[in-house]
Amino acid sequence: MSKRIQVNDLNVFYSQFKAVEGVNMVIEPRSVTAFIGPSGCGKSTFLRTLNRMHEVIPGARVEGEVLVDGNDLYGPGVDPVLVRRQVGMVFQRPNPFPTMSIRDNVLAGVKLNNRRQSKSEQDDLVEKSLRGANLWNEVKDRLNLPGSGLSGGQQQRLCIARAIAVSPDVLLMDEPCSALDPISTLAIEDLIEELKTEYTIVIVTHNMQQASRVSEKTAFFNIAGTGQPGKLIEYADTAKIFSNPDVQATEDYVSGRFG
Amino acid sequence: MTATTAAAASARVNPLTTGQLPAWSPWAILLGSWVLVGGVFALMNTGGDPADFNIAATLFLGTVLFVVLLTVFSSVAENRRRAVDRLVTSLVSSAFVIVLIPLVSLLYTVVVNGLDRFDAEFFSSSMRNIVGEGGGAVHAIWGTLLITLGAAVISVPIGLMTAIYLVEYGRGKLAKAITFLVDVMTGIPSIVAGLFAAAVFVIFFGPGTYMGIAGSVALSVLMIPVVVRSSEEMLRLVPNELREASYALGVPKWLTIMKVVMPTSIAGITTGVTLAISRVIGETAPLVLTAGITASLNTNLFSGPMTTLPVLVFSQYRSPGIDPTEALDRAWAGALTLILIVMALNLVARLVAKIFAPKLGR
Repeated sequence: MSKRIQVNDLNVFYSQFKAVEGVNMVIEPRSVTAFIGPSGCGKSTFLRTLNRMHEVIPGARVEGEVLVDGNDLYGPGVDPVLVRRQVGMVFQRPNPFPTMSIRDNVLAGVKLNNRRQSKSEQDDLVEKSLRGANLWNEVKDRLNLPGSGLSGGQQQRLCIARAIAVSPDVLLMDEPCSALDPISTLAIEDLIEELKTEYTIVIVTHNMQQASRVSEKTAFFNIAGTGQPGKLIEYADTAKIFSNPDVQATEDYVSGRFG
Repeated sequence: MTATTAAAASARVNPLTTGQLPAWSPWAILLGSWVLVGGVFALMNTGGDPADFNIAATLFLGTVLFVVLLTVFSSVAENRRRAVDRLVTSLVSSAFVIVLIPLVSLLYTVVVNGLDRFDAEFFSSSMRNIVGEGGGAVHAIWGTLLITLGAAVISVPIGLMTAIYLVEYGRGKLAKAITFLVDVMTGIPSIVAGLFAAAVFVIFFGPGTYMGIAGSVALSVLMIPVVVRSSEEMLRLVPNELREASYALGVPKWLTIMKVVMPTSIAGITTGVTLAISRVIGETAPLVLTAGITASLNTNLFSGPMTTLPVLVFSQYRSPGIDPTEALDRAWAGALTLILIVMALNLVARLVAKIFAPKLGR
């Protein structure tokens, strides 16, 4: 199920502007990797290159290699749609489809792709995904109501259920808790803990306690100044990053001395 | 002891209060101004015919007097800020009433004049062999519905797909050129669209060709830019987050557009299409040039002239036959029917928009 990601010499551009420079990284399967760093340092940009969502923005392009189990995502002839079916994504702001019910939101990956499924298969998939996202008990009686009627934390868990319903190998999360209250955040952190037994999870977060709570490895990104490209400063075990990092900038950042 | 505290409390003035005109005062002042101005005009009219009493000037000058008096009273009894507030409120409300006057008057006139011939015969017979009384608009109703339907069938797919191209795919010079041309097309006078369609059909079918589909083509020239502009606005309103959410689920772009972007904006698109139809359904000039004028029922868009309701109104007014009153009554009834059709169309569009609109709340 879950896959290993290897990134070699990755540069990311928005038209002429180089946003991220020279990233090398290996992300192990069935683990949680956290990206931390100040705003604008390229964490989210880099995350979006891992499932080719980056190129949705006009003028954006990538140099270098991203290998998922040895297959280059940016090789010739690679279909971004097939990549995204393997590498799911959860966004910063919960974005359930407003025209769909809770049930249809979970089934969106299936229904939007015109794949046919029997009613009972769909019911099973809805229950399994919602249970997986810790949301089943809260919504099981109102599956046919619109998804936009849920609270922010529930909507975000609905989006996670939607992402895991297409059974990806990798789950990318772009600040999934930044719009949520502490209780919902805790619910999602528990969920990440459960999900990592099946998926490779990469999470961008501004909350360093969260990074230290949920992740095995942490990557610290930084930016030299405005207009400069963001760089991967240090990538190591979370315990090491938060106790005795090799680089002074990392220590300054995690201890709150700047940024 | 208690008495003195009570007295002290009543003597103390709450610094947060100011003078206030009672709630009924604007209405009283309005009524008073009308009565006052009306009285002046009545005095000026003393001994004359009561029918000469100038009611329009009474209402107009009375309202002006009301605005002035209300502002003055308010600035004396209340304060400057409230006076300005009352001045602007009364000006805005007057503007609203002034806008309503022609609309209400138009509807009233059309309904009153149109009801004379709004009968069963009007909806069951055409104008074939009618020169005096009787006759009806069944041919024109069919003509209106068919030609407008034809125009919608041509314009909605083209307009909608152009809008999708502009929003989802269009980059660079081509998209800019299309936007510019659509803007230019919005300003085309309808007679030019009619001449264009007539010229095109003359090329293929020879001079003197009149057929319904030519009218549809002329109308779609007018309708396409309206559909493009309104659909484009609606598609741009769909948040990018929804597109990204769909892409992240491994949904291809065309399915994202079909199943996420379009359903989210369908309510607005429907409204835009209805407005575009309402815009062209009342066109006369291009249809006289392309679909011609006939007195007979013709339900074949591809052969022979067809008459629509606006053209019927025009022809009844222009060539009334032997009984001008009858012809005018038919013209008014035709106008009333046209208004009712547009109204029904708007209601249907609202219903569609309501059914398909994204549901919010729990």
